[in-house]
Amino acid sequence: MWELIRANKQRSLILFFVMGVCLLVLGYFIGGAYAGEEGGYFGLGLAFFIWALMSLISYFSGDSIILAISKAKLVTHNIHPQLFNVVQEMKIAANLPEMPKVYIIPDPAPNAFATGRNPENASIVVTAGLLSKLNRDELQGVIAHEMSHILNRDVLFMTFSGVLLGSIVLLSHVFLRSLWFSGGGRRYSSRSSKGGGQMQIIMIIVAVIMAILAPLMARLLYFAISRKREYLADATAVRLTRYPEGLASALEKISNSDLVLRSANKTTAALYIANPLKKKGMKLSNLSSTHPPIDERIRILRNISQGANFINYQNAYSDVKGHQVRSNIIPSSAMHNKDRVSLRKTPEHKPGTKKAHDLGDLIRAVNKYTFLTCACGMKIKFPSDFKKSEVKCPRCGSINKVPVAELAAIAGVVHGISDQTEKQPEKQIQKNVFVYHRIGKGWESFTCPCGSAKQISPSFNKPYFYCNKCGRKIMVK
Amino acid sequence: MIIILVIIAVLVLMFIGMYNSLVRLRNQVKNAWSQIDVQLKRRHDLIPNLVETAKGYMKHESETLKSITEARSKAMGADTVVDKAKAESTLSGAMSKFFLVVENYPDLKANQNFLAVQEELSSTENKIAFSRQSYNDQVLFFNNKIQVFPSNVIAGMYNFKEEDFFELEDKAERAVPKVDFSS
Repeated sequence: MWELIRANKQRSLILFFVMGVCLLVLGYFIGGAYAGEEGGYFGLGLAFFIWALMSLISYFSGDSIILAISKAKLVTHNIHPQLFNVVQEMKIAANLPEMPKVYIIPDPAPNAFATGRNPENASIVVTAGLLSKLNRDELQGVIAHEMSHILNRDVLFMTFSGVLLGSIVLLSHVFLRSLWFSGGGRRYSSRSSKGGGQMQIIMIIVAVIMAILAPLMARLLYFAISRKREYLADATAVRLTRYPEGLASALEKISNSDLVLRSANKTTAALYIANPLKKKGMKLSNLSSTHPPIDERIRILRNISQGANFINYQNAYSDVKGHQVRSNIIPSSAMHNKDRVSLRKTPEHKPGTKKAHDLGDLIRAVNKYTFLTCACGMKIKFPSDFKKSEVKCPRCGSINKVPVAELAAIAGVVHGISDQTEKQPEKQIQKNVFVYHRIGKGWESFTCPCGSAKQISPSFNKPYFYCNKCGRKIMVK
Repeated sequence: MIIILVIIAVLVLMFIGMYNSLVRLRNQVKNAWSQIDVQLKRRHDLIPNLVETAKGYMKHESETLKSITEARSKAMGADTVVDKAKAESTLSGAMSKFFLVVENYPDLKANQNFLAVQEELSSTENKIAFSRQSYNDQVLFFNNKIQVFPSNVIAGMYNFKEEDFFELEDKAERAVPKVDFSS
């Protein structure tokens, strides 16, 4: 496994270098097309500057940008204990130094991705749809796949080469457009000498050819590597879980869904475990796809026999691909280890098929809803800004008290953020702090100094919340 | 002259690098071993919760519950590694028997508290298995490092010893299952 990481790093560096040189040469010729040799160096510098700037941004805040784009929400253990436990299990199996942060995207389309610049700052993101569709073993397979991306340093590499690709595309796009509108760089060439003029025409021609070819080549290279990384992550996932069937049937379920993930776009698509933009039944084996065809991945996983080592995956890969491809998907240094790593047995019975409305509840929990079960069994859902203190059950008509404290506690989190922008009201509230001392761990009720009734649930564990009538801060001790 | 100095400097740097990576690997092995202990302890902590939740529902299974509690206290009290391994495997046996019995109690299976404890416990079981697996992976890598040239020279000089693999106590777990079609 560790040989694999090293081989991966070397490959990344080589690719990174090739793409970087590609970008710099492109910059040189574009600059040269405008203003001769001086311009060439200027273009070189500019290309380097654009690339360095974008790299820095993506290194330090790439993950938060991606998480924000995909509308992912950070969750804790009590929103989905199983997900959290599975991530912990895989963290142990992969021997990562730090527990990755866990995010949920409130969307019914099943998918997942991992991000973060290194194993210490990693995040794993799954959609609510994935959680509601998969059983424990399948979820484990998916999480293991994402953990492998973190372990193999794929995330950093994909971000950086993605940025390089983006810079190349951007530069050639701008150049071709400006050429189109200004009719070539003639304006700038008046100062240069006759010989220079000839040079410049050559420069322009080379630049045009480069501007057309470079993005294409870079893209093909990027996609080819991206596909290879997916296979590698599958192989590592098998190595971690020792259970290929889990990932295989998870992929099957993901590919059978024709829901489209709304928050995914072309730039983030390469990150996901399965292409989130696909239409069902579309054949995904062309050169410009970021993911290998999903049914091929499933077939390889199902073909694995005898063991969970990388060599077993490679054999299954060659079996499925036949004579079509002779290449090795696994770096040969990682295949020296021929020890037999036994597979896990298929469990006989797994209970717990989930009902469809669990998905809705999960999405609501992520979006800070509170639940109350009425005496008749009806589950009533409250958004965090619910104002009334009593509610009539829609099924049996009995009056239920709204769990104000829980709502306030959850809304308090939102309050805490908005307080930073509004300093003034915060001070007013601070003057009016009411301290309530808890008696035990059960349901407790008391009255706020303004007269409104408050109730604290057994699961309430925040240090304070705000009164929904007077806005007073209530400390709970 | 300069060339010789450069060569010596490179050799010294390589030496330091290899020594450090060996130390790092040995620490990783130790860390992986302590992970197993952490998870075993977590299992001990969870069992009282489980027994407490199940008690009300399983009036006729007090034997099963008692055997779990006893196995737990034995495992917690064990001093030597051999005793501990033995007690832990007894505990694992008692637990799997318990979860088989639970199938007969649909009320218990529907209890939210019980489901939560069950999820935590089965996850802990998985974590124990995965930490053993991870320990073995680390040991394999470390032992390979010690055996191959050139790091074996340094390993020999500073007395780095090969670590033992974690063996399954239960030999039956490794046996090939027999399939009998005669009946």
